[in-house]
Amino acid sequence: MSDLLQTLINTLALGGLYALIALGYTLVYGILRFINFAHSDIVAWGGWLAFTIASGLGFLSGAPGFAMPLVMLITMAICAAMGVTIELLAYRPLRKAPRLNVLITAIGVSLFLQNVGMNDKLFGTRPTTIVPMMPNTELFSIGKVPVRLYDVLTIVLALVLVVALERLVYRTKMGRAMRAVSFDERVASLMGINVNVVVSVTFALGSALAAAGGILFALRNDLRLTSDSTWVLLGLKAFVAAVVGGIGNVRGAAVGALLIAFVEVFVHFYITRFFSGTEWVGKLQDVYVFMILIAVLMWKPSGLFGKSTVEKV
Amino acid sequence: MDLRGWLRPKMFLLVLAALLACSKKEDGGSGPIKIGHFASMTGAQATFGISTDRAIQLAIKERNAKGGVKGRMIELKTIDDAGKQSEAATAVTRLINDYGAVAILGEVASSLSLAGGPIAQKSKIPMISPSSTNPDVTAIGDYISRVCFLDDFQGWVVAKFAFENLKAKKAAVLYDQAQAYSSALGKFFEEAWTEMGGTITVKAAYTGGNLEISSQLQQLAGSESDVIFLPGYYSDAATIIRKAREAGIKATFIGGDGWDSEELSKIAGNALDGNYFANHYSPLEDRPDVKNFVAKYKAEYKAEPDGLAALGYDAALLLFDAMERAKSLAGPDLRDAINQTKNFTGVTGTFSIDAKRNAKKSAVIIGIKDGKQTIAARIEKK
Repeated sequence: MSDLLQTLINTLALGGLYALIALGYTLVYGILRFINFAHSDIVAWGGWLAFTIASGLGFLSGAPGFAMPLVMLITMAICAAMGVTIELLAYRPLRKAPRLNVLITAIGVSLFLQNVGMNDKLFGTRPTTIVPMMPNTELFSIGKVPVRLYDVLTIVLALVLVVALERLVYRTKMGRAMRAVSFDERVASLMGINVNVVVSVTFALGSALAAAGGILFALRNDLRLTSDSTWVLLGLKAFVAAVVGGIGNVRGAAVGALLIAFVEVFVHFYITRFFSGTEWVGKLQDVYVFMILIAVLMWKPSGLFGKSTVEKV
Repeated sequence: MDLRGWLRPKMFLLVLAALLACSKKEDGGSGPIKIGHFASMTGAQATFGISTDRAIQLAIKERNAKGGVKGRMIELKTIDDAGKQSEAATAVTRLINDYGAVAILGEVASSLSLAGGPIAQKSKIPMISPSSTNPDVTAIGDYISRVCFLDDFQGWVVAKFAFENLKAKKAAVLYDQAQAYSSALGKFFEEAWTEMGGTITVKAAYTGGNLEISSQLQQLAGSESDVIFLPGYYSDAATIIRKAREAGIKATFIGGDGWDSEELSKIAGNALDGNYFANHYSPLEDRPDVKNFVAKYKAEYKAEPDGLAALGYDAALLLFDAMERAKSLAGPDLRDAINQTKNFTGVTGTFSIDAKRNAKKSAVIIGIKDGKQTIAARIEKK
């Protein structure tokens, strides 16, 4: 029983983390119809910027209570500005170019961010940690299962931000403009919507969420170099979550993220327990995750919440 | 424009350049002796490369001050492989073909030695690995040797310590399935452990760098093990130990020489207390060779030399010794001289290069108390 509860908490926390990152992929795809490969690097920069700010303000040796929210807000603001700038410099000039050009540019931006991040004057080339800023204390326990700060923080933050984003997209004027641009960019601009502003806002939102995800990831798993495959894999799983949920759909991304986390934690835990003694079953953790992608794409190619559209040729 | 007419001379030049790039540079017999070092100077195992490189530089500086080898100065070129297998192979190729190294030192991580080794073997350039412990490394061929103990010994050492000193009976293993070093060391531990009469409760795997492993940790928490063997590298081990303590795992963690880095305790903090790892030497040892080396290294770099530094130093000294004895610095002669090394005394002890180009050595078990290292046991070679 306590195993079940523990697995569920772990699933929710990891799902929340994936959701924060998946939303960035889904927003950009929804508006511009291209996959922003540099998104996972914004996540990495988010984690590292938080470390830089926290160590600059001396929060890594004894931090006051407001340290974490402060660092998080500053980091999210910087990353939002980064997202807008990247779009302005790298993607906007290619708005009318074929999708493939933008895709390749995104890979270029990703490599740029990875390598600039490793500069000694910026983040450097050694793994580090931001845990001392806010240790993972036990908040309370349900039965025998302790509930810890990072898990609660991830779940609450993901929930709040996903709901806020959902409200923004479906209840505000800006959200309506975003949906209009996503529907048809040219017609939207004819209706007096400033497409450039909408796209900038989209990138700012996605990047701010990515920064939050990056900080949470850094708290949970400490920091690796910006070029480490850790970030690529994290981005890949969040991207899979977005695709499984139906890329372009906010709710879908959240559900997809939970599904991916469910397979990675819940399914993996019980499948290895069931086949205990068969070592290779436990080694295939990532395989199960990507098998879900294949299964969903075969059964419902547009994802769980995606609407199927016929490409006009 | 006539493209063909324009292309032909260019193509010819390109092919010529490619051919030139493929042929390795030979040692001219005069000028400095060139040694190449490939190492992870950046990345998740950066301290491995940095420590080793510093120690090699120190050894070269001392040797050159005494007149070098065969009356020639020694020159070192280090290429960073960032801890990536693809880069390791390129680094060795560049050291041999572009730089013209007569011998290669490196790598620490076994996977990287396994990636770079075949290139040295094919080019007939001797390569000495300071601290790759996976048995397969020297099995690449007769040009590849090492100055450290092997993982079958290390696995046995850890098992013996846990069984006899810690009186543990139930052990779990959590290994990095992406590293040849980690998975093999896990197997050797398991073999030695079950032979001694211990039981293995759980064997779980993770992939280095991907530490969202709550499922694996939960399995370990439920296994009620006395000890958990964690044969990974320090950056992973540090995070895993912290997360394990948070997940309520009380068992003692034991690691291999891959834990040896000053950054282990920086990242893991006080979660590290009460855990142990096997190593090649400890700067706290009372032997005169060790004291001498520690003093020199500290004076040069203001840092404590870890096991990788000591092995890097020994690898360099053994190479100088072999160069002095070799008929010439050509690959086959140097190879024979290295492989015939007997009773060589270095910082990490006295050893010989055996028929399989390995070294039989003793190990120390290092315990961590209040963030500081202590020598918990010394286990002699068998």
